[in-house]
Amino acid sequence: MTSSGTLERPPLISISLVSAAALAYEILLMRLFSIIQWHHFAYMIISLALLGYGASGTFISLARPWLLAHFPGAYRINLALFGLSSVACTLAAQQVPLNAEEILWDWHQALYLLAVYLLLALPFLFAANAVALALTRYRQAIARVYAADLLGAGLGSLGIVLLLFAVFPGTALKLLGTLGLLASLVAASELQGPRAHGLAGTVLAAVLLLALPAEWLTPQPSPYKTMSQTLRIGGARVIEQRSSPLGLISVVESPRVPLRHAPGLSLQSSAPLPAQLGVFTDADGLTAINHNPQGETLAYLDDLTSALPYYLAELQRVLVLGAGAGADVQQALNHGVQRIDAVELNPQLIELVRKDHADWAGHLYDHPAVRIHRGEARGFIRRSRGSYDLVQITLLDAFGASSSGLHALNESYLYTVEALQDYLARVAPGGYLAISRWIKLPPRDTLKLLATAVRALRESGIEDPGKRLVLIRGWQTSTLLIKNGVFSTDEITRLQDFCLTRAFDTAWYPGMPADAANRVNVFTQAYFYQAAAALTGARDATFMERYKFDITPATDDRPYFFHFFKWEVLPEILALRGQGGLPLLEAGYLVLVTTLLQALVLSSVLILLPLVVLRSSQDEPASAARPSRVVLYFFAIGLAFLFIEIAFIQKFILFLHHPLYAVAIVLTAFLLFAGAGSAWTARRQAHPSPTQHATARAVSGIAVFGLLYLLLLDPVFTALLHLPVVIRILVAIVLIAPLAFFMGMPFPLGLARLAAVRPALVPWAWGINGCASVLSAVLATLLAIQFGFTAVIITALLLYVLAALVMH
Amino acid sequence: MNNPARFISSLVCVACLCAGTAIRADDPFATARQDMVREIEADVRMTSRQLDREVLDPRVMQAMATVPRHALVPESHRNAAYENRPLPIGHGQTISQPYIVAIMTDLLKVTAASRVLEVGTGSGYQAAILAELVDQVYTIEIIEALGKRARRDLEALDYENITVRIGDGYYGWEEQAPFDAIVVTAAASHIPPPLIQQLKKGGRMIVPVGSRFMVQQLVLVEKDTQGEVVTRQILPVRFVPLTGTH
Repeated sequence: MTSSGTLERPPLISISLVSAAALAYEILLMRLFSIIQWHHFAYMIISLALLGYGASGTFISLARPWLLAHFPGAYRINLALFGLSSVACTLAAQQVPLNAEEILWDWHQALYLLAVYLLLALPFLFAANAVALALTRYRQAIARVYAADLLGAGLGSLGIVLLLFAVFPGTALKLLGTLGLLASLVAASELQGPRAHGLAGTVLAAVLLLALPAEWLTPQPSPYKTMSQTLRIGGARVIEQRSSPLGLISVVESPRVPLRHAPGLSLQSSAPLPAQLGVFTDADGLTAINHNPQGETLAYLDDLTSALPYYLAELQRVLVLGAGAGADVQQALNHGVQRIDAVELNPQLIELVRKDHADWAGHLYDHPAVRIHRGEARGFIRRSRGSYDLVQITLLDAFGASSSGLHALNESYLYTVEALQDYLARVAPGGYLAISRWIKLPPRDTLKLLATAVRALRESGIEDPGKRLVLIRGWQTSTLLIKNGVFSTDEITRLQDFCLTRAFDTAWYPGMPADAANRVNVFTQAYFYQAAAALTGARDATFMERYKFDITPATDDRPYFFHFFKWEVLPEILALRGQGGLPLLEAGYLVLVTTLLQALVLSSVLILLPLVVLRSSQDEPASAARPSRVVLYFFAIGLAFLFIEIAFIQKFILFLHHPLYAVAIVLTAFLLFAGAGSAWTARRQAHPSPTQHATARAVSGIAVFGLLYLLLLDPVFTALLHLPVVIRILVAIVLIAPLAFFMGMPFPLGLARLAAVRPALVPWAWGINGCASVLSAVLATLLAIQFGFTAVIITALLLYVLAALVMH
Repeated sequence: MNNPARFISSLVCVACLCAGTAIRADDPFATARQDMVREIEADVRMTSRQLDREVLDPRVMQAMATVPRHALVPESHRNAAYENRPLPIGHGQTISQPYIVAIMTDLLKVTAASRVLEVGTGSGYQAAILAELVDQVYTIEIIEALGKRARRDLEALDYENITVRIGDGYYGWEEQAPFDAIVVTAAASHIPPPLIQQLKKGGRMIVPVGSRFMVQQLVLVEKDTQGEVVTRQILPVRFVPLTGTH
């Protein structure tokens, strides 16, 4: 049973189904664990669970003869086990009392983390086993099997995004489990000769899965998340939930103890807070819908740092980016602004204010002066022709591509040099761009924003940016104004009055004397003033270099506004652990590095283990395919494929403007066209040419299109930006198609060659590719943080060339 | 820096420590508590620049050496009670790191006559530390189960000078206002203005900012004798963000 006849048809439908379900499951897990835990840890957990793919290569390598002898059963059982374990392991993992914040103190947490990894790796192991078994069994049809795998994955990534708009994540989970069981049933028919009791068992399991009560499947957020904390208050309850791939939105009311959300409120404020409904995204990130049925002025909004621009000039046209529940819009209405454009990414949030709680919110978004736009801030502004007296961005943290579950990249295109230039292009002469941020101690993001603003102005030809900037701060928030023009003495007097009456500090204005800083909210040093003086002057580079956090401006190529970590500070911070120094650690980056290290260790074990065992078996001539070459080839293409995919997703986000659509469309297009590329190599096997030639052709194709896109994408995108979104999506697909088509070839070509000379290594190569993919996702981010996405693409192209050389 | 005062204060601390342990000789956690106090002292010395002092008030250290922290943490975490780290106490809440509690208490500069309000009783540990130092502590907890447990535990420890109220701390404790010192451990999105109003002239309020497990900074609100309010933002750790500056 170890050889396959060419007449045998591989079970392509069930392969596609399980690949679709597995990819969808990955994205769903990210969604579920973003609700339960925090995003970074969700990312780490899922990355490592994906090593289940690598583990399947190891497992099948070791048990190959037995598995092939029992192929139909082993294949079907793995499909069914994927279905069952995807639900069971997710539920079990949620029961593990993992609290990521305690991990540095409590060794139990490391065990919990390991338990979660292992549990979540199982479903991926089963799914990958099924595909690897098929690749091993149908050696003559490797390219078709791989094409089915990629096509399935492509459909899965698109399907889950659509599904998550329609149902809650818990329901999606049981549907995916059922899909796994369905794949098993389809496999039974594809492979002929199912045994009746096996069939009946699978159907019964599917019915049981679908009958699971909803409350079992509802993810329970960690007790330390903001929403869990709020719900501890007597009488507080969730009155409404909405779910989409953008996040789980929960509306919370607290009738007994009022919610009081007014971040950055002046200590001098005597204005009453209105009743509020709390709106949480993924059980965190609170915003509030104010109770304002009569549409009255809400005076507390004037006691926030973000109110500053309204006190400097009469503003007629205001653009609010990231409208959320509407506080900034109300602030503008407070000041009689006649025309307010408000942009919000999440349509469900708009619906809440506009429909469900319209009376409560006083029909805020239907006010005659207000126009609400669904969309992403950067995309809106690039396509807008308007001119505004104020562009307002308040405490808005970007929705990353990450939230949809692909990577932990905390990219943000909101606060890059190019973004600020885009915003400023829409600010009328004499108008302001106002950006408010949380204050961290020691200061980080406010300073990075300042540095970004200075660079944006300098690159636009402004020689003395300091004259166009003012920065104020309370104890909790800061507001930076960038003026399209030079601040006048009259404005500065008004600014001083505004701060004085609200107990805010001035941190920078043109001509500010040093002793005017750090008066009311006192730091050990006048950090903000010192930084502003240095950054707006000639000492900016030295200051950034000497500062212990990375505050160099983010750019579109390196869109990591929230990356502050510097390696040289790590020993110092770790030494301060006992004295409350840990919050100084910028955990996000370290989580990435930790993920990489863990994945490296595990991958090495998974890759080396079968080698050790197989070397001792004498079934095949070792000279036929040297293991080192096999590792190099499959590792290189595994890394390169995801490098390119991830980097181009980033490029296309700026073109399609919507991170979610961009990710879903680009990913699906990549997988589908790569699948087509793989299928093409299958067709060509009828007229075989040496594999190395085919690989060289594929790599040439990748290199040509990769380089072409590096040079041409930006100008093409700029030229086509004005087109409607549907056309832009089509353009994106057309652009991705040829590149992905060639990228789909090296893996099946290499595997087919390996199957011909040393079939025992086929599952091993699959495992190597799996491990490389996990490492690739993490490495791509680390590389992009350091060198930018262009560097990621170039590295990927070099890796493909390396693979082609290895093949020769 | 290395002035004699530092050594004298340390001696006082050690003396107090001995007194504290002598009283509770039967206490199996006495050694652990003593170690904890030493660790805090060492940490404070390392962070002296940020805290602007070489040692904490000996009275505060004595309180740290006296209050049986283990009696205020859940049974399951009792063995870790004197480790210098926060511990979960259920209901999504934590008992703060002892080092942070010591610094916060010290920053309040209370005397025996001070009237103290705490918003967010939690385990009751901070209230117990304060009760060692002042005549009367008023503390408010919003989570009913926690408030009841803290009340019970504090009664069991014979803290008669702590009054626990279960309710919303946003409006402070009007009947007992004004206060010389206020601790806000369960801060809303902002510092409640009513609490600032209930702060006496010359009074001090301390607000830890950060997550349940990691205090990022301490915000000290001071009301001067004119009623003007100034905040100080204190990093409870020796860290200068710019290399080359001291």
